Amino acid sequence: MGFLDALVAFANYVLLPGITYGSQLALGALGATLVYGILRFSNFAHGDTMAFGTMATILATWGLQAMGVGLGPLPTALLALPAGILATVLFVLATDRLVYRTYRTRKVNSLTLVMVSLGVMFVMNGLVRIVIGVDDRQFADGARFVFTAAQFRAWTGLTESLALRTTQVVTVALTVLVVGWLHWFLQRTRTGKSMRAFSDNENLALLSGIDPERVVAIVWVLSAALATLAGVLYGLDKSFRPFTYFQLLLPVFAAAVVGGFGNPLGAVAGGFVIAFSEVFVTYSFKKVLGYLLPAAWQPEGLAQLLTTDYKVAVSFTVLVLVLLFRPTGIFRGKSA
Amino acid sequence: MSAATRNVLLFAAVAGLIVLTGFTQSWNAALAIVNMGLISAVMALGVNISWGYAGLYNIGTMGFVALGGLATVLVATPPTEGAWRAGGFRIVAALVFGALVVAAAASLYRRLPKGGWRRSAALAAVLVVGFYVYRLVLDPAVAAVEAINPALQGNLGGLGLPVLLSWPVGGLLAAGAGWLIGKTALGLRSDYLAIATLGIAEIVIAVLKNEDWLDRGVKNIVDIPRPVPYEIDLQSSPAFVSFMSGIGADPGAASAIVVKLLYAGLFLAVLLSLLWLCEAALNSPWGRMMRAIRDNETAAAAMGKDVTSRHLQVFVLGCAVLGIAGAMMATLEGQLTPGAFQPLRFTFLVWVMVVVGGSGNNFGAVLGGVLVWYLWVQVEPWGNALMALATSGMADGSPLRQHLLDSAAQMRPLVMGVILILMLRFRPQGLIPGK
Amino acid sequence: MTPFLIGEAMTGGYGGADILNGCTIAVEKGEIAVIVGPNGAGKSTAMKAVFGMLKLREGSVRLGGEDIGRLQPQQRVAKGMAFVPQTENVFTSMTVEENLEMGAFLRRDDFRATMEQVYALFPVLKDKRRQAAGELSGGQRQQVAVGRALMTEPSVLLLDEPTAGVSPIVMDELFDRIIDVARTGVTVLMVEQNARQALEIADRGYVLVQGANRFTGSGAELLANPEVRATFLGG
Repeated sequence: MGFLDALVAFANYVLLPGITYGSQLALGALGATLVYGILRFSNFAHGDTMAFGTMATILATWGLQAMGVGLGPLPTALLALPAGILATVLFVLATDRLVYRTYRTRKVNSLTLVMVSLGVMFVMNGLVRIVIGVDDRQFADGARFVFTAAQFRAWTGLTESLALRTTQVVTVALTVLVVGWLHWFLQRTRTGKSMRAFSDNENLALLSGIDPERVVAIVWVLSAALATLAGVLYGLDKSFRPFTYFQLLLPVFAAAVVGGFGNPLGAVAGGFVIAFSEVFVTYSFKKVLGYLLPAAWQPEGLAQLLTTDYKVAVSFTVLVLVLLFRPTGIFRGKSA
Repeated sequence: MSAATRNVLLFAAVAGLIVLTGFTQSWNAALAIVNMGLISAVMALGVNISWGYAGLYNIGTMGFVALGGLATVLVATPPTEGAWRAGGFRIVAALVFGALVVAAAASLYRRLPKGGWRRSAALAAVLVVGFYVYRLVLDPAVAAVEAINPALQGNLGGLGLPVLLSWPVGGLLAAGAGWLIGKTALGLRSDYLAIATLGIAEIVIAVLKNEDWLDRGVKNIVDIPRPVPYEIDLQSSPAFVSFMSGIGADPGAASAIVVKLLYAGLFLAVLLSLLWLCEAALNSPWGRMMRAIRDNETAAAAMGKDVTSRHLQVFVLGCAVLGIAGAMMATLEGQLTPGAFQPLRFTFLVWVMVVVGGSGNNFGAVLGGVLVWYLWVQVEPWGNALMALATSGMADGSPLRQHLLDSAAQMRPLVMGVILILMLRFRPQGLIPGK
Repeated sequence: MTPFLIGEAMTGGYGGADILNGCTIAVEKGEIAVIVGPNGAGKSTAMKAVFGMLKLREGSVRLGGEDIGRLQPQQRVAKGMAFVPQTENVFTSMTVEENLEMGAFLRRDDFRATMEQVYALFPVLKDKRRQAAGELSGGQRQQVAVGRALMTEPSVLLLDEPTAGVSPIVMDELFDRIIDVARTGVTVLMVEQNARQALEIADRGYVLVQGANRFTGSGAELLANPEVRATFLGG
């Protein structure tokens, strides 16, 4: 009995949050890694792109809610997603046209593009704050739980309980769908393969007749869509505050780099590695150990590796360690 | 016109802008801008040293500045009664032990043969056991220290030395951290180095926010001693009051201005000395070698120059300057608030300063520092005025109008972003180009 | 009879000094033409000029009688030219089959038949079709590179030092393959460092020195020429 309780506690406080957060990071990292693989620079505006996309979706959600449209047990934001994605895609394509395109005709250092993306980041950050303000926004509606902790306890009779939130199921389901689709797109379609070719060897791709502007446009579209989706899922799960999204940039980059920057499979793996590291290292194992260990060995304190405040630092430490010992990442991304 | 004339005119223009603010708003505001502007100039100088001289992207500005601020706390605040006895020494012992564990792990990593399970098992054993013992020693000590007068203290306190001493100490602390970080991370490719330094800054800030025994964490330290008199003390000094009345100035307002002027004098002295040192270094044989390495690393290495150690030197120097700036800032504000260290405000804004002013050029960095700080502050009142003008046509009390007026403050990042993008596009070498 | 492909009196460079000084390269349909010469003679430059990768100050390039001098390289591909660079000529992270698919990117019709032809020409590629191109040996990679170029069913195939860096046995095999390719009716223009072996399979040879034609003739003629032998073929 104790073992099952331990398992349930572990699942509730580590496994479920880890999977959910990992999915959100995976989606975010996918967007960043695609841009790095094709456009060959780290887009520091990605976190604020997530914020922009979420903001657009929230506005559309409010519009739908005002019209009385809902999605039953599922969050209305899912209906608003296409509008949010469209707005973000248009904005991102505009920034490419106005800002980044001139740098493609002249060969520039990738770090110059990083600086430029800092400028874009500032602009997006300011816009989001101006349009929607800096306060916390909750925009999840519909059923909150698929089953509550009390229901679980009633079914299983265990002391420890597991609650499954709708947003968690939605996150994982959408992530699986999107990652699956992206994999199919990159591996099986002509356009997807042309993008992989472009990422692999730009000159040869041009020689083969692949249109660079088309590839670039598709990358921006995909990146914006993924960023919006990741941002909306994160915001549904927790809440939306522009500042938090800027902070998400760092774990997202960590996830992409850890998995192998430029490698989409790596981005997904990296997302989970970072998420689980954060949750694992800062989780208080007192409860779990309490169920597993005999009474004499019970931990006194919270049995945490690091306090919860250090969550932010964990993804960095993992990132720095990976960069020092295995710079190409888990799945060998681009090295140059 | 010659470059020198143009540069002088640029500096004069910035000075003119500040004077304008003095007239249109208040001299208090203008001097506040000057002080923070001077500190920003020092930060920009620090960033410019590693980028301009060696092409190293240090995006961890925030961390090194924070360490400088920490130095003021550790040097200048009075020690907490009984803290050292209660747990202070034990904390230090635990930290030293922790460092030894890491060193042991590192040496094991190098000594044992690669591959196979033996090395990984040994490393894991050393790290796990070491961590456990470290926590065993550290945790009770931390609890004891934090239990002492938690409302006002709860930390170890400092050495109670004069605060001006903390400025070079801040530089040293930041330099030490820079050395550690540089030794490990400088081998990375440039954009990985950028991400790594960003991460390390976040780690430093996380430590400052959470280790209450060190600096009270987010409870903040609000009573850092000053090198200049307090306004209140000036106002109660008869000599001061009579002098001010004699020239027709209100002693209350004048005291604020005088204090700011005194700070400005101190900061200017530091800035000018640093600037002089940097220029001298740049034109010395050492500086020429640095630029040779920056311009063509492979050739320099082929000629036998030790590129890695030179890079490390430059990186450490840049961090030291950032530390000094951080100490100055904490002194000016009289407080250390870890929560205020936002990447946007520090790291990225300082980079905008360097890009706008001119990377690779020390005078450019200084100009950029003051100018961009000026703009950052002024965008708020200007934005408010602009928004008020733009919405003057709207109905009074309309929620949209209210929302737009409220959000005028958020125009800062927007304006900064546009400036950065425009500069990088049309004048990437900055206002005062580097050599 | 006008040659099928001719770059006539080409003069130009990459922006600074001229590398080519009035040199002429011409190939008849179905022939193998080879450009040889000392290092720095402008061999690769001449071929790149024919492909449109640099601007010519003087001279013209004609394909099948049509002036293609103003066309960009991608447009010349559409006209039936294919170019195999010396290095980085495969997509290393993609499979052999995917490399061939990318070669056919500009084609909108069904290219399965062409792929089978390529596999017939290069049997080893068929064996390794699902392997990543980066994992293959140097000689096999060159075959992938040539196969990729053949997927557009070009009328002219331009090869930039195809045997650079491969062992002598692999070089012989590659030359055999090139002959097979020419037999299918594709005109081949090739730059080569290994002058003797290249001239042995050449219908027409051009010896360039300092960007200008020094010796021109059939492969056999050049091989027999004592001056050519002494200077470039080691006697």
